Amino acid sequence: MAEKDKKRAANGRRVSFFNKERGCPFSGKKALAINYKDVKLLQRFVSEHGKITPSRITCASSKKQRELALAIKRARFLALLPYAAS
Amino acid sequence: MRRYENVFIARQDLTPPQVEALMAEFVDVVKDLGGVVARYEYCGLRSLAYRIRNNRKGHYCLLHVEASHETLKQMERRMRLSEEVLRFMSIAVNAFDEGPCPLAYTRSFREKDEGDSAFLRSSKEDTDAKEEEPVNG
Repeated sequence: MAEKDKKRAANGRRVSFFNKERGCPFSGKKALAINYKDVKLLQRFVSEHGKITPSRITCASSKKQRELALAIKRARFLALLPYAAS
Repeated sequence: MRRYENVFIARQDLTPPQVEALMAEFVDVVKDLGGVVARYEYCGLRSLAYRIRNNRKGHYCLLHVEASHETLKQMERRMRLSEEVLRFMSIAVNAFDEGPCPLAYTRSFREKDEGDSAFLRSSKEDTDAKEEEPVNG
């Protein structure tokens, strides 16, 4: 029974928790809204030095990654996020 | 007529009423030139992520302006001339954000609880009261 409940990838293979395919966090059902004023959200997508995390880590689609990068750059200009954190 | 969202940062040593007055000044500029300010909100004093003209904190204000770009230019010119405004940014948007501004209730950058939540709450009430009046050009 437990085996049946497990999620299956497109090719029918069982998918474990760790290599489960993750979708873009900004599209789909539980999409997060990108807003340059939402510091709490943007902070999750910058490194501790203030760099924008690459899309291969954020899992965002190219389109949404561009939007995200623009939002972070706007937030930086308004001193909501640092350009470089010490 | 286009919709623009403008955020500006006022100097930290102003008092909230002074910031409100400053905001009203810019609202008047837009109104005089035939624009409409759909919403204006004082988002409170936040600490800045980096120093701007030796200010560590700033009053954030949000304006939703529906006007021609000449009108916006005039407002921006006033902001540039104003000594009180540290920085401003206007962006063209298709639709204005609904709901509260995330700036107003998120804790500022790396700021621990400093007990100014009461200050924030009072300023919010002020803006709520303001918003009830219909703002028409």
